[in-house]
Amino acid sequence: MGFASPAGFEVVSFGPMRLLIIEDDREAASYLAKAFREAGHVPDLAHDGLDGYALAREGDYDMLIVDRMLPKLDGLSLIRSLREQTVTTPVLILSALGQVDDRVKGLRAGGDDYLPKPYAFSELLARAEILARRRTAPVGTTEATAYRVGDLELDRLSHRVTRAGHEIALQPREFRLLEYLMRHAGQVVTRTMLLEHVWDYHFDPQTNVIDVHVSRLRAKIDKDFDRPILHTIRGAGYVVRADDTRGA
Amino acid sequence: MPSASDASPVASFRDRAKLTNLFRTTAFKLSFAYLLIFTTFAFLALGYVAWNANRVLDDQMVSTIEAEINGLSEQYKSGGLRRLISVVERRAGEPGASLYLVTTPAGEHVVGNVGALPAGLLADPGQVEAAYARSGSHTLEHRAIMRIFTLPGGFRLVVGRDVEERDRLRSVIGRTFGTSLLFVIVLGVVGGWFVASRVLKRVDDMTETARRIMAGDLGGRLAVAGNGDELDRLAQNLNEMLERIGELMRGLREVSDNIAHDLKTPLTRLRNRADEAVRSALGEDDLRLAMEGVIEESDGLIRVFNALLMIARLEGVAARDLMAEFDVGVTAREVGELYEAVAADEGLSLEIVTVGDLRLVGSRELIGQALANLIDNAVKYGAVNRQAGGIRVTAEREATTIRLTVADRGPGIPEEARGRVLDRFVRLEDSRSRPGFGLGLSLVAAIVRLHQGTLSLNDNAPGLAVVVTLPALAVGDPA
Repeated sequence: MGFASPAGFEVVSFGPMRLLIIEDDREAASYLAKAFREAGHVPDLAHDGLDGYALAREGDYDMLIVDRMLPKLDGLSLIRSLREQTVTTPVLILSALGQVDDRVKGLRAGGDDYLPKPYAFSELLARAEILARRRTAPVGTTEATAYRVGDLELDRLSHRVTRAGHEIALQPREFRLLEYLMRHAGQVVTRTMLLEHVWDYHFDPQTNVIDVHVSRLRAKIDKDFDRPILHTIRGAGYVVRADDTRGA
Repeated sequence: MPSASDASPVASFRDRAKLTNLFRTTAFKLSFAYLLIFTTFAFLALGYVAWNANRVLDDQMVSTIEAEINGLSEQYKSGGLRRLISVVERRAGEPGASLYLVTTPAGEHVVGNVGALPAGLLADPGQVEAAYARSGSHTLEHRAIMRIFTLPGGFRLVVGRDVEERDRLRSVIGRTFGTSLLFVIVLGVVGGWFVASRVLKRVDDMTETARRIMAGDLGGRLAVAGNGDELDRLAQNLNEMLERIGELMRGLREVSDNIAHDLKTPLTRLRNRADEAVRSALGEDDLRLAMEGVIEESDGLIRVFNALLMIARLEGVAARDLMAEFDVGVTAREVGELYEAVAADEGLSLEIVTVGDLRLVGSRELIGQALANLIDNAVKYGAVNRQAGGIRVTAEREATTIRLTVADRGPGIPEEARGRVLDRFVRLEDSRSRPGFGLGLSLVAAIVRLHQGTLSLNDNAPGLAVVVTLPALAVGDPA
């Protein structure tokens, strides 16, 4: 599976990601491992902070999923220690403490993303894939200045969007929405991720505010074309991709 | 120490002995120390008075005797023995006279009102206190202070004063001293017990009230005597503390009530859906549909749960370090823009108006969430009555505050119910029955409280205008 990637057209493929789940609740951990395996990834498990720390230092993981409250070494200390040892593996923090200040503390400790419990697995998967992919991008690569998915192109410098050569006029927010979706083309992006990255808010949007913005965007980019690019993934979120090979 | 059953404070004190072993000891120690000091001072003071009185009495006698001796020896010098004898005779005959005796150098009685003196006394001139016999007697049954003086020529002159009077005075002084001391001790004991037990009774009462409160009577308060003393201040402070604890408990109870209310309904729905699917699903598609419904309900539950936790968290004031300076006008526009599409879908216009310097110190996230909740509500209820007009979000600077208004043209909230809603954010089943309204507004209220702002519900005629005021950043503050 592949997709048209940022300008320059090198193709990045999503191989299975190797991830380490550090979670002391064994049932939750094995549920996560099973779900990740079903999604085509390779998860390892650790059930306490020290084990997790040792594995995370030695193993070559694409990302770590760390529970905040762990026996022996708590999640935040673990992340801090890893960062001190210059381990840069992306970390997603899971926590029963879902409040804004906890989130800030988690990110300050060196986490890359934060997901409060309870969460939907689709949300976790989407975030994990995006974090892992960021890992595979070579260090120092600058962001692409243009994205292309199928016949849809977005130029970040001139703020122009075209589909099959036809210019599409977008509102600034719609542009940023599409930009985010296209940067993560081929990956599922959830509603909360859109709210976080396009609007920079982390609260619960309560209603379908994001859906309405996405359907407006879809009306502009897909309406007059046979093959849709902006797809809705039920129970998960949205994905931008040119073909329909990835099962929805 | 008087017996304990005499004085009523002491007796009543003993009745509650089981409660207050420690305080009884304290009462005892206090009154004992008080008594000891009191008695010592009384003893010293009374003793000094008695000693002085005795000394004055003695001095007076001694100086009288001295004066008589001088006078008589003058008479002897100028008029000889005869003159002395006649003077002594005359003086000895006067009522209340002193004691006089003139003897030959050999000690034979010449003149005087003294019958006899202890043998050998005359040999030693000077002042002496000794027994004597009155004239006409030979038994030495009285005592006197005497001065023995040798006149030129070897005659002895003895002048003295009987000490009976003095001794009587002395014993009166002694008795007075004793009785006074006894009075002082009794007074000290009673007073000490009274004061100590009175004070400690109040402490006891406090202990008892505290026990009752601990046992669950949260409405109980400590008695305040109203005299503003230390115990009163203690009681007042404890009462204030109890008040605060009571408030927190009420808050907690409301949160749990909210939890019960907001979770029960969706949980029941969730269960029913699953139950329904198990009983009557025909195939995989049915099951899938049912499971999707279940997931949707679960998401709703998670949302409610998160909101409840967040309210509880904000009530506990734990988010202070989130505070930073930001422009609430920008936030209002951002959140407004976020909801504009939803509002348009509902056929409502959403107008954002921002006026003036809208910087404040707070949490952009939380204020954003509050605005989102308010606009979300406005969209829901405004849609009921969409021909009446759209939603208007206003952010304007007043002197020291920023006023945020979210106004809709929906059915509004009846005036009599508004107070109740603001009071503790009960849900209004009748007027706004959508799930989560109370909770959403509770969250807004908690956020506003965290920012030391105010929240009020006003009539938008028609519709509801929710007004939030927040402390603004003072003009001229560093940007």
